Amino acid sequence: TRCTVGAQHGSLFPDPHRLPGRCARPRGEPGALLPGLRSRRGSRVRPEPGAEPRGEASPAEGEDHGGGEVRGAASLSREASGRPPVEAVPGEEALALQEADGGAVRLRAGDPFPEETSALWLAVQSLGFTLVCEPHENLLLAEGTLRNLTRHCLETLHMLGPGSEVLLRSHRVDALLSRLLPHEQLLFLNHRFAHSLEKKAAAYAAK
Amino acid sequence: MYSHGSESLINQAREIQEPELQRFHSRLVKLLQGKELGHEAVDSLQRLHIILSATKYTRTLPPELQGSLQSLLASPAEQFQVLSSAVLRETLPLSGQEGNYTQENFIQLNNHAAALVLSQAGSRADLSSLCAQLLRSLESRQSDGPAASLTHTLPILNTVLTHSPDCLTEDHVTLMSKKLVDWLRYASITQGGGAPSGGFFTGTRSRQPVPIAELDGTVSGDFFTVLCVGQSFTEDQWMNVYSFSMLRHWLITYRSVSNGNTTADTANRLQLSLSLSLSHSFSNDDRSEVDGSVVSMVSATSSSSRLLPPKERLREKAFQYCQRLIEQSDRKAHKKTDTDLQKACLVEAVCILDSVCGEDAALVFRAFPCIKALFGRLSSDLSFARVLLPIAQFYLNHGEMAAVDCESVWNLVFGRFPAELFDHQFLAHEFLRFIRLNLESLQLRVPQYSRSFPNLLKFLAWNSPAVVDDFVDLLPSLVTAGTAVELLHTLLDLPCLSATLVLQVRSTCLPISEPGGRGLLSLDAFRSQSFRGLFLFLLRGEAGSGDTIDRLSTLHEMLTETADWPRVVQCAQTVPVLLHIFFNTVIAIADQKLLAHLVQVMLERSSLLLNIPKYNKEIHRVFSRHLLLLCKLHPSLVVDQSHELLEFAGATANVYSKEEIYTHVVWVLGEYLSGSCDSRCSVMLITSCFETLEAVLFEITSSAPPPGADCPVPRVVTSLMSALAKLASRSHDLIPRVSLFLSKLRTVTRGGPVAWCSDEEDLVAIVTRGEELWSLLKAPGVAQSVLTPPQPVTTPQWHGDTNVAMPLQLRALTNLTHSQ
Repeated sequence: TRCTVGAQHGSLFPDPHRLPGRCARPRGEPGALLPGLRSRRGSRVRPEPGAEPRGEASPAEGEDHGGGEVRGAASLSREASGRPPVEAVPGEEALALQEADGGAVRLRAGDPFPEETSALWLAVQSLGFTLVCEPHENLLLAEGTLRNLTRHCLETLHMLGPGSEVLLRSHRVDALLSRLLPHEQLLFLNHRFAHSLEKKAAAYAAK
Repeated sequence: MYSHGSESLINQAREIQEPELQRFHSRLVKLLQGKELGHEAVDSLQRLHIILSATKYTRTLPPELQGSLQSLLASPAEQFQVLSSAVLRETLPLSGQEGNYTQENFIQLNNHAAALVLSQAGSRADLSSLCAQLLRSLESRQSDGPAASLTHTLPILNTVLTHSPDCLTEDHVTLMSKKLVDWLRYASITQGGGAPSGGFFTGTRSRQPVPIAELDGTVSGDFFTVLCVGQSFTEDQWMNVYSFSMLRHWLITYRSVSNGNTTADTANRLQLSLSLSLSHSFSNDDRSEVDGSVVSMVSATSSSSRLLPPKERLREKAFQYCQRLIEQSDRKAHKKTDTDLQKACLVEAVCILDSVCGEDAALVFRAFPCIKALFGRLSSDLSFARVLLPIAQFYLNHGEMAAVDCESVWNLVFGRFPAELFDHQFLAHEFLRFIRLNLESLQLRVPQYSRSFPNLLKFLAWNSPAVVDDFVDLLPSLVTAGTAVELLHTLLDLPCLSATLVLQVRSTCLPISEPGGRGLLSLDAFRSQSFRGLFLFLLRGEAGSGDTIDRLSTLHEMLTETADWPRVVQCAQTVPVLLHIFFNTVIAIADQKLLAHLVQVMLERSSLLLNIPKYNKEIHRVFSRHLLLLCKLHPSLVVDQSHELLEFAGATANVYSKEEIYTHVVWVLGEYLSGSCDSRCSVMLITSCFETLEAVLFEITSSAPPPGADCPVPRVVTSLMSALAKLASRSHDLIPRVSLFLSKLRTVTRGGPVAWCSDEEDLVAIVTRGEELWSLLKAPGVAQSVLTPPQPVTTPQWHGDTNVAMPLQLRALTNLTHSQ
């Protein structure tokens, strides 16, 4: 499972949960290494130092993790429903989340990940939250996890308020993810387990 | 507002110049050397992270900075661990530093540093040794040390498993299987540390252990699962959660590992067995089960399974765990999040049961009673639809073997799901994926499948952009000789279905008295008894009740106002794509009779479509293309359908409203209405076709277009002329009539502009074409050879056989026309 938080129009939140294997190629050693890692997730392994920009086959910059597909799906879905996005202000996170539009996009094998994946998304105002799930992952659990993560992001980063400084606090998202989605692992957490992890996350945020 | 600010920040990060970046780096190095790292350091690191992640180039950091970031990984403040890990993951490791942590100290790393090491592991050997370390840590540590370090072990292992499953050896797998059994089945059943103490004088010894509880608050009577709650949890209870979270993936993966991992390099195996042999002997009888502090509480049932080899034993325990989860999910949870978790657990449990039954057929008979009962419990409640899908998968995979009747499952899944849950995005995604992945076996075992397309297409009609990709893959499987015609009609009316679904949702949401419910003619029509049948046909769940309906134009009229609804427009945009797929598939399976029927449908439906801007044009384009392909493949279709084709080509109105398809119809008539294509093609037929086309050509070139219509497209005029010339070349009596027409055309156009062609260049082109044909027809023998299609060649040998080569014919033609 990979998680992306992004603004829908143009900019993308620096991906807080880097793919293992993206930087896996040690310097000076061409591509032969790590067949396992590379073939499964390393389709967009970054180029060598000083190399040219990514080739045409790579997704457009800032559109890692099927971000482009999700953005398109979200805006089309919003257009089809004909409902304007609910305007919520800080403090109304629960309402914003309840009204959030959501869906799932199939990302075909090779575009951009080597295997077929499902991208679950939630659109809250102009923010997009995405979880990319492997074929074997439990999408019902993933949906709950995505909602939970989104609520925490909205609340702890005050994302419903104005301002761009959220980009300068991505470490909080990292810390949140490392607890609720440790090493990209979806967890079956009942409310007591979740409470315990959230307490730890809150302790980090309070620091 | 939000995105604007973020965008400018990212742009700034991208446009930062090298000298400025250098200064920033050196400032940061100084900053990090200070004793107290404060807000400024956090802010700078965060900015560095943006700079690195916003660019498409790989940035390298100065070694000094890289070094201080590396040491920051071990900072006591987690904030700095997170930041340095995030920054370093954006860069390449310094040469010579990779693998720094892979030797002995990996397990002592904090979580964030471990993530970095994992992301920069250089080779499979590195990963293998990381795995070995992790497993050793699981083995050696039972209760001492901080809990946090152990809990992340399983997620890390699972990550490695995802990327590179083959770096686990058979021994790893055995060990992990044993550990998973311990955590899953034998976690403590009393609550962790938070139990209330008796008071100031009572020591720890007198603390009463508090049993864990079920989600409904009752005391738990069986082993611990993720659906058990307490005030706080012990370490092995946490491990239970982590184990179950990765169990399914483990079960799927280790199957492939054990099958294909004979190639694991011997060095690894050697290293591993050395490291493990200290604590373990890998005999098949399971003695390790209760070593250390893991307390086996409920082991009454496990005495027999204890004799099983580790993998089989894990399978057995996973089976029991899942059965318990299914029981527990029946309890009424106090919290909504727990109710959701129960559903997710049901999905997981059924999937795991499916997986273990796939490996061990004997389990199928044990599992089915439980699955059946679950289906019985949930099938009436569609809020459990997403749980019912894995159950359907189970029935599909094992129903035949257990000789279980699956009828009710398929009726539910292919009947009620699409009909009632078409607007459920997540279900649509999972359902269509289910079909895609099981296509072959569905076609084989579920007779309802291919008849259910009117129902399945509701997902597409409701949310076209999200699911069109699935239907691109699925549509071919829905095309059968028996349903092709109905499917074609259904696809063409997909925008109507889309509109109808919107109306259905609106009419249930808005009572008639509501102001929002009034004022829509289509909604009134939807509610009206007299049109009920039309809408019910669109909303039908199964194919077979007729290809289409008589009053289609009435329906289209009623839905006129829906043509600009976004959902309908989006749906209409997907239809051409699907039609292409439909025709490409049908051409392979259909016989001549069916193809003839399809040609009829195309001609008929070209004027019977919901009037959405551009939609008709697009559909005409698809029809034209496939009419051409069909006729090319089966030229005798043209003779078969000559009546319908001539009727279409003889209607002058079609020239103006359907020029695309009209042109193609005229072309196939001219091209394939020939004795050489079909012996049934008589002179009479050729003559009647000639006369029909001649009349139309005469009509459109002798008068102005009807009011409101544009001038006929030059292509229509030239293709009519060509078709006439072709027909005449096959029946020489007709040649004088064409020649007369063409010479008249030249005379008329010399007299100045004409009413039927406003563009002078177009007119010149038309006249030139006429003159060419006229000259050609002066030598009837040549005309026939040039204007008659060559016999289809089954084994072309153009390279060797110069006599039949087209260039030769063309050269002859050129000589003839140029000698004029």
